[in-house]
Amino acid sequence: MAEREQVRKPTPVEREPAEQASPTATERGEEIKAELDELLDEIDEVLEANAEDFVKSYIQKGGQ
Amino acid sequence: MSIPKTIGIETEYGIVHRGTEDPNPIAASSVLINAYLYAAGYRTEDSNDTVHWDFIDETPGIDARGYVPTAAMPPDVETHLVNAVLTNGARYYVDHAHPEISTPECADARSVVLYDRAAELIAHHSMAAASEMLPPDQELVLYKNNSDGKGNSYGCHENYLVDRATPFGRIVTHCISHFVTRQIFTGAGKVGSEIPGQSTDEVPYQITQRADFFEEEVGLETTLKRPIINTRDEPHADARKYRRLHVIVGDANPSQVSTFLKVGTTALVLALIEDDALRREFIFAAPVAAIRQVSHDLTLTQPLEMVDGTTATALEIQWELLDQSRKYVEANGVENVGGVVALEVLDRWESVLTGLEVDPMSLASELDWVAKYRLIEGYRERHGLDWRNARLRALDIQYHDMRPERSLANRAGLERIVDDADATRAMSEPPNDTRAFFRGKCLQLFSDSVVAANWDSLVFDVGTDALRRVPMMEPLRGTEAHVGNLFNECDSATELLRRLGS
Repeated sequence: MAEREQVRKPTPVEREPAEQASPTATERGEEIKAELDELLDEIDEVLEANAEDFVKSYIQKGGQ
Repeated sequence: MSIPKTIGIETEYGIVHRGTEDPNPIAASSVLINAYLYAAGYRTEDSNDTVHWDFIDETPGIDARGYVPTAAMPPDVETHLVNAVLTNGARYYVDHAHPEISTPECADARSVVLYDRAAELIAHHSMAAASEMLPPDQELVLYKNNSDGKGNSYGCHENYLVDRATPFGRIVTHCISHFVTRQIFTGAGKVGSEIPGQSTDEVPYQITQRADFFEEEVGLETTLKRPIINTRDEPHADARKYRRLHVIVGDANPSQVSTFLKVGTTALVLALIEDDALRREFIFAAPVAAIRQVSHDLTLTQPLEMVDGTTATALEIQWELLDQSRKYVEANGVENVGGVVALEVLDRWESVLTGLEVDPMSLASELDWVAKYRLIEGYRERHGLDWRNARLRALDIQYHDMRPERSLANRAGLERIVDDADATRAMSEPPNDTRAFFRGKCLQLFSDSVVAANWDSLVFDVGTDALRRVPMMEPLRGTEAHVGNLFNECDSATELLRRLGS
């Protein structure tokens, strides 16, 4: 019977395993989190004031 | 042998008229485009001489399968209120109830990204110009998305020049497998589902805007019962030699990387199809179910059922297409797949598939669906919101807001692959390596003598007897290399036509 067939992935040499968590990776992780926090602060400032009304009134005619 | 992949995309923008009780999207779209045409100098107080689109050769009802299906309604000839040709070779018009910008014909994926970015800048300028014309408390706002979250969708269509000799059935087979699975990097992300009866609890967030709207595998429609493969057969070129594959399944992407990969990988896959170089066929047991399944699976691990009883994931199919494309380029070179840009496409394709496999969230600066998910999930967590909360839907819509100061995509830290200075130039300058060069230059230099234009011809009125139509049936003729000198040497349209005729 047909086994569940797996598609063979190419395994180019440059495809290395994911890096181990190192101090640098942790720092980078914190940096990313700080960036996101900053972005979320900005969103609070620019988000449509009345989200419910905005979403309700966002109606488009269908197109292609 | 495959033919060079001339590419263009056409984007319908969502439009909102703020500050009025009774918005009319068709009138608003006309105001928007007219405002741009005046602001950019296409129209003046004294003259109304914008070059109009010429519909004489348009036949959207012709079907690529070689017949007109009697049960299917061919698309209506679209009613266009405003319809202008720009000096960069693009078309800017009202389609249905949306403003739409078609890029000029491009020779590679990077050029498509450049002209798509130029279209975004045209949208910015149009909104600003419209504000000058409207009462102070009113504003027109554009959204580069594909759905209003209430079951209404509008498209971002792609067009690829394909060899007429390629059997259409082969195109259907392999394109379905690519279109269903490329969603993992082309998706623009969406909160909730628009499949009737499916709740946000079942699908809180999905990869694409469009997947919910596809109901057929193959067909002619674009607005109802949308098919994964659209069969419109209207090449806008020599129909004996070419097809134009009209692709309607994609999302409009704020991310330049997503657009680059969307058109770059599709051009490669089409070249492999033309040369019959794809060794494996992935035929889904149920393609329409599969396109939704891929869009709804944020883990990218769900096996898709094939008609022969085997399974494969979207990632596995994409790895196979990448592998075959690399081999193809090694054997055949890059001449017909966008030149050296194809090598950039292959490298980016590989790095993005690797990222998707290891941790999709690592691609938050490259792919729209990941960037948007990161924002929305972060916001949801911070405020402890349920996925049904209107603020999350508002974030979703506002990701696509074309006002630079309001756009969340603009703040998401997305990598750019074209320079804004180049895109600004591309708002008025055509690409130099397709027939769009000839169209754009004629409009720049001799617009007084051009009475109409479309993709494959220009019509001149030089004051003598009959109007003169210049056919442009070859998308790669009329480039700067072919006709650049002519424009340097001719002072008038009369002179240009005389030289072209000799």
